[in-house]
Amino acid sequence: MSNFKMHMLVCGGTGCISAESELIVSNLQSELEAVGMGDQVQVLKTGCFGFCEKGPVVKVLPDNTFYVEVKPADAAELVKEHIVKGRKVERLLYMDPDKKERVADSKNMDFYKKQMRIALRNCGFIDPDKVEEYIARDGYHALGMAVTSMTPQEVINVIKESGLRGRGGGGFPTGLKWEFASKYDADQKYVVCNADEGDPGAFMDRSILEGDPHSIIEAMAICGYAIGASKGQVYIRAEYPLAIKRLEKGIQDAREAGLLGENIMGTDFSFDIELSFGAGAFVCGEETALIHSMEGERGEPTTKPPFPAESGYWGKPTNVNNVETLANIPIILLKGSAWFAGIGTEKSKGTKVFALAGKINNVGLIEVPMGTTLREVIYDIGGGIKNGKKFKAVQTGGPSGGCLTEKDLDTPIDFDNLIAKGSMMGSGGMIVMDEDDCMPAVAKFYLEFTEEESCGKCTPCRIGTKRLSELLEMVTEGKAEVKHLDEMKRLSRVIKDTALCGLGQTAPNPVLSTLDAFYDEYLAHVQDKKCPAGQCTHLMTYTIDPEACVGCTACRRVCPVEAITGEVKKPHVIDQDKCIKCGACYDKCKFNAISVN
Amino acid sequence: MAKIMSFDELKKIKDRVQSQVDLREKGENIESLVQVRVAMATCGIAAGAREVMNYIVEESAKAGLTNVVVTQTGCMGYCYAEPTIEVTVPGQEPVVYGNVSLEKAAEIIDKHIKNGVMVDGIIPATHKSIE
Ligand SMILES: Cc1cc2nc3c(=O)[nH]c(=O)nc-3n(C[C@H](O)[C@H](O)[C@H](O)COP(=O)(O)O)c2cc1C
Ligand code: SF4
Ligand code: SF4
Ligand code: SF4
Ligand code: FES
Repeated sequence: MSNFKMHMLVCGGTGCISAESELIVSNLQSELEAVGMGDQVQVLKTGCFGFCEKGPVVKVLPDNTFYVEVKPADAAELVKEHIVKGRKVERLLYMDPDKKERVADSKNMDFYKKQMRIALRNCGFIDPDKVEEYIARDGYHALGMAVTSMTPQEVINVIKESGLRGRGGGGFPTGLKWEFASKYDADQKYVVCNADEGDPGAFMDRSILEGDPHSIIEAMAICGYAIGASKGQVYIRAEYPLAIKRLEKGIQDAREAGLLGENIMGTDFSFDIELSFGAGAFVCGEETALIHSMEGERGEPTTKPPFPAESGYWGKPTNVNNVETLANIPIILLKGSAWFAGIGTEKSKGTKVFALAGKINNVGLIEVPMGTTLREVIYDIGGGIKNGKKFKAVQTGGPSGGCLTEKDLDTPIDFDNLIAKGSMMGSGGMIVMDEDDCMPAVAKFYLEFTEEESCGKCTPCRIGTKRLSELLEMVTEGKAEVKHLDEMKRLSRVIKDTALCGLGQTAPNPVLSTLDAFYDEYLAHVQDKKCPAGQCTHLMTYTIDPEACVGCTACRRVCPVEAITGEVKKPHVIDQDKCIKCGACYDKCKFNAISVN
Repeated sequence: MAKIMSFDELKKIKDRVQSQVDLREKGENIESLVQVRVAMATCGIAAGAREVMNYIVEESAKAGLTNVVVTQTGCMGYCYAEPTIEVTVPGQEPVVYGNVSLEKAAEIIDKHIKNGVMVDGIIPATHKSIE
C-alpha cells in the first residue's frame, strides 16, 4: 500500500509548462520535504486539465481542490497552509465570474459540470510518463482481453456496435473502416494514427498524446489485432515536441513491459509502433497525402478509391484513425458497446472534445456528450462572451467548417446536425465571435489560410481559393460590388464540386456560411462602404471636429502621408483621398477632436 | 518494468499499483463515500491530529474499507476539544467528534464508519464546518 495521504497534481501540459509548472513541481517537493511530509504527499505531473487559460493548474486530492494561476513561489504557501494546516489558499482558488465567489471543488466549477470525460479520462489524472499509472486505470486490459479471449471479428463487432465515428473530421464509422481493412489479404498491413492536427487553434490531439500516450499505443495495438497488422505508425507534427517526447517514452516503456513487441502477453500477436514526423502542412492531415508524406513523397492527396484500407502505406492495406478516435477504443472494449452507444445522439455516439477559443470567458479544452447544445457549451461551460459583449457567431470545423449563429444555439451538437446547419464537426476547433468581429474579415482569414495551405495540385483549389480571398479582400477594402458577392457564391460552388481533396472541397464553406447568415453585413461593405463591426480599417473615416480642434498641429505632424492640413491654432482638416486610415492622428490628439466611424 | 508474460500477470500488476490512483479516484466520487475530515489547524496538530489522520487512513485500508476517504480541513472552531474529526456518511448530516484519541478513532472506524452506529464524544451539531 502506498503511504501517500494526499496527492498534488500539477499540470504538465504544454500551456502550463510554458508558465513554469515544472518548477512548481520541484518547489512543492522541496517544501514538503522541509516540513517532513515528503513521504505523505505525492506530487505528480499530469497532462492538461483543459483549463489552460487559467493555468498553471494544481489540483489537490482527495479533496478536489482546484488551484489556478499558480506560480512557483506559491508552493510554500500551498504546503504550509493547505497541506500542513488544512486551510485552502483562498487567493489561488478559481473565482466564479458571475457569482463573484471562490470555488474550491472543481466539481462545482461551471467549466466542469457539464463535461463528460471519456477520451480525456486520464488527462489531468495520471502521470503520463508512468506506465504503471495507466495500468492502474485498467490500462492495457482491453488489449489483454482482445488478444486472449476475443477474435479479431469480435473486436470489430464491438466497435461497430458502439457506433463510434471518426473524430478526425469525416465522421466515418470506425468499426466499418476496421472491417474493410481486415478483409484484405496481405503479407503486411499497417495501423496509422493521424496526429497531424492542422486546424488552427486546435489542440485536442496534442493534449491526449501529452496526457495519456498509452491509451493511443494500446488502441493502435488493438486495431492491429483486429485488422491483422503488426506495424503501427504515428504521423505527428514536428511542432509537438512534448507530445513526441511522451509518446516516445510511452512506446519504449510499453516495449520493456512486453506490451508492444513480439508475442504480446504470451500470445501469437506481435505489434510495434514507430513515429513519422510531419512538417506541419495542413493538407498532410488528409489521409492519402499523409501516407505519401510518410513514404518520403510530396504530401499531396491522390484520388480515392483506392482507399487506404485497400492500398495505403507502401501499397498495403492501411487503417488510418485520428488520435481522439483511438483514445475511445480501449474504454469501449472494457465497458462494452452498449455503454458507449448509450451516450450521445441517435447517430453520433459518445463524446467530442473541443478546443474552445475566441471571445469566450473560459478558453480551453472540453469534452461533452454528443447532443450537448452550443448554448450549453458557450454559456455554461465557456462562461459566456468576454466582457459582456453580444454573441455573434461560432465557427466549428475550422477552415473546413462554417459559422453558426444565434438561431443555431439550441441545436444539439452532432455530426449530422452541424452539416445540416451548413457547418461541420471537423476535428473540434470552436471559435466564438462577438459583435466586434466582422464576418467578411473572418471568412477572409480562413480563405487566406486555405490559399496558403493548398498543395496546388488541382486548379480549382489552387486558383479558386486565391481568387476567393482576393474577392474577400475587395469586400473588406470597400472595392467590391454586389455582383462580386454573386461571383463568390458561384466560384464557391465550382470549387466544392471540382476540387480533388477535402481541403479544396470544404474551403469555400466559411464564405458560403457567412454569406448566408450575414448577407446584410456583406452588403454594408459593398454598397454603403461601411464595416458595421468597425474592423475593416479601409472602411473607416477619420474626421476632425472643427469645434473641438484647438489647432495644436500634433496630428498634422504625425500623419505619415501628409493628409492633414491646417494652420497653428486653427481647426485642422483631413483630406479623405489621401488618408490611409492608419489611426495615428486619432491616437495623438489630446483633445478628442478626431472621431472614427 | 519486467516483461509481462500473460494477461493474468497484467491483472496482478494492476492490483498492486491500484493504490497509486485510488486516492484520486475517490476524490472523483467523494459524495458517494464516507468522508472523514480531520481539523488540521495549529491547535489540532499540537493535539495530535496528524497522527489521528494517518491512523484512520491506515486502519481503514487495513480493514479493507474502500469507501472511506480522509481529507483535512482548517480549524473547525473547537480548539478546546482537539483533535476533532467530522464524519459524513452519504445522505446523512455530518457528525463531529471531539478529543479523538487513537482508541476513539478505532472505535469510530469500527462502529460509525463500518456499521453506521454513532459513538460517544459527539460535539452537538450547532456548527457549520468552515471551508
Ligand atoms: C485537408 C484535410 C486535413 C485533414 N487533417 C486531419 C488531421 O489533422 N487529423 C486527422 O485526424 N484527420 C485529418 N483529416 C481527415 C483524414 O483524412 C482522415 O479522414 C482521418 O484521419 C481518419 O480518421 P478517423 O476516421 O478516425 O477520423 C483531414 C482531412 C483533410 C481533407
Ligand atoms: S483540393 Fe487543394 S489541397 Fe487538395 S489536392 Fe487539390 S490543390 Fe491540393
Ligand atoms: S488616419 Fe493616418 S493617414 Fe489618415 S489622417 Fe490620420 S494620420 Fe493621416
Ligand atoms: S491633434 Fe487634435 S487638436 Fe491638435 S490639431 Fe489635430 S485634431 Fe486639432
Ligand atoms: S496545459 Fe495546463 S490546463 Fe491545459
